[in-house]
Amino acid sequence: MLEDKRNAIKSRLIRMYKAANAGHVGSSLSCLEMLVFIKFHLMKEGDEFILSKGHAAALLYSTLAEEGVISENDISLFYKNATSLPAHPPVNKIKGIPFATGSLGHGLSLAAGFGLANKLKKLSRKIYCITSDGELNEGSTWEAAMFIAHHCLKEVVWFIDRNQLQGFGRTEDTLKLEPLDKKLESFGFQVVTAAGHDFNDLKNALSLFKNEQPLAVICNTIKGKDLTLQNTVDCHYLPLTDADFNKLTQQ
Amino acid sequence: MAVSNERIVFLTGDLGFMALEGVKEAMGERFINAGVAEQNMTAMAASLAYEGFIPFIYSISPFITLRPYEQIRNDICLHNLPVKIIANGGGYGYGIMGSTHHNIEDIGAMRILPNMKVFVPFTGEDVQSALQEMVTDKSPNYLRLNLASVQPDIASFAQWRKIKPAAGKAKAVVIATGTVADNLFTLPGDLLNSLEVWLVSKFPVTTIPAELLALIKETRHVITLEEHQGQCGMHETLASLLLKQLGVAIQYDTLFASGYPSGGYGSQQWHQEENNLAGKNLENRITEFISKPYAGR
Repeated sequence: MLEDKRNAIKSRLIRMYKAANAGHVGSSLSCLEMLVFIKFHLMKEGDEFILSKGHAAALLYSTLAEEGVISENDISLFYKNATSLPAHPPVNKIKGIPFATGSLGHGLSLAAGFGLANKLKKLSRKIYCITSDGELNEGSTWEAAMFIAHHCLKEVVWFIDRNQLQGFGRTEDTLKLEPLDKKLESFGFQVVTAAGHDFNDLKNALSLFKNEQPLAVICNTIKGKDLTLQNTVDCHYLPLTDADFNKLTQQ
Repeated sequence: MAVSNERIVFLTGDLGFMALEGVKEAMGERFINAGVAEQNMTAMAASLAYEGFIPFIYSISPFITLRPYEQIRNDICLHNLPVKIIANGGGYGYGIMGSTHHNIEDIGAMRILPNMKVFVPFTGEDVQSALQEMVTDKSPNYLRLNLASVQPDIASFAQWRKIKPAAGKAKAVVIATGTVADNLFTLPGDLLNSLEVWLVSKFPVTTIPAELLALIKETRHVITLEEHQGQCGMHETLASLLLKQLGVAIQYDTLFASGYPSGGYGSQQWHQEENNLAGKNLENRITEFISKPYAGR
């Protein structure tokens, strides 16, 4: 059950953030269901996943721990000196983390490269990539979008965590993204929109894929969902309060 | 090479008119025009290398180094992936095209990156040797292309090589990198004969060969010559090695690209002359230097 996976991953995630007293809690909670959906509903053996919004690394680690790729002992060392699990995905060649990410605007290009490799190797494995919405400010994201669309790399599936917030403000107050669906369509993508915390809605959205153009999935999400400071820039940076920790662990 | 080795993929940043048409035809779908989008091309090359390909990425030097610098560091170098960066026109190679098309920072910018090896050929044969080495090397590489020297009897490609002995006792050793060393061969015969010329063709450099060290101890005069910015190119890295390895004081003169001292633009040769890297300015600078007596103890 996706809900069970989500609950286990979320519980580990919350404990990791609390033990580390680390920020980016909101960034991970924003795309929690998206990643669970990709990992445990969509992905098959041989598929690739790239977390372009590397600041949600703790979510990726917790998910890989759930898959048995990362040990609970390694998880307990998250954020500590000499850890293999820093705040952004590392170069350590952990299975399931092909590339260190964290500088925004790289991930979609890396996914495009895998898509191109598919074409050259005559493979059909899927490549899933989660970008944030703030990182759509990066020009390189649109370079990648043009390439994916032009070469019709339909195995690349682009999930956008549309929580409306970025590093120092709201996306629409910083560099307006809307109408995002029309932008993506005009670039050559089939665009579907989903409620990003709702597994059924994500399933429905994906069922609309026509397999004619590459797919972009705009996932409307709440940054820091269930935190007292949800839907604020604060939850990007501030560590978990005791009250939120207790509330979430009881959930 | 690209025809016989199916792991090679060639990506160009929309350049190659009247140059790469044959490559394109020979390579078929393994030749990709990635568009004027170097950051994307560079990151994609990292993924292709991860997948077992040997990607070559190509553009004019600044566009394939400085524009996608973070993609080179993060996606290629940190992961030690065998992406081959082919840069046309290092230094002032693009001449009158102007400063946006020049790259006098490339060797420094590339040599300091983790796992990166920099290749600076001198002759056309060097380019072939460098490419053969690059295609088997499992690390990232940078190739700085320029108009090749056609000097005869040049020793084969190596990190260090003597390309011209002095006639009789050398007054100074010139250590150069790249095709700018060709300008030394235009110096008046007597002056040229008083110099022993060595080339550095691969970076990073970690040691100076014993034969060269011995000669430097004898002449106590070293001139470095590079078509590259002064602070991060060849001469500072050599100075550091000389301090560690030499044990005696020497006279050290550094000839490098200082940018655009007059504010004007011209051919590659013109820029080289303005920076004392060619012609009469080069001659005068070396003549003056070797006339200075050794001032150390």
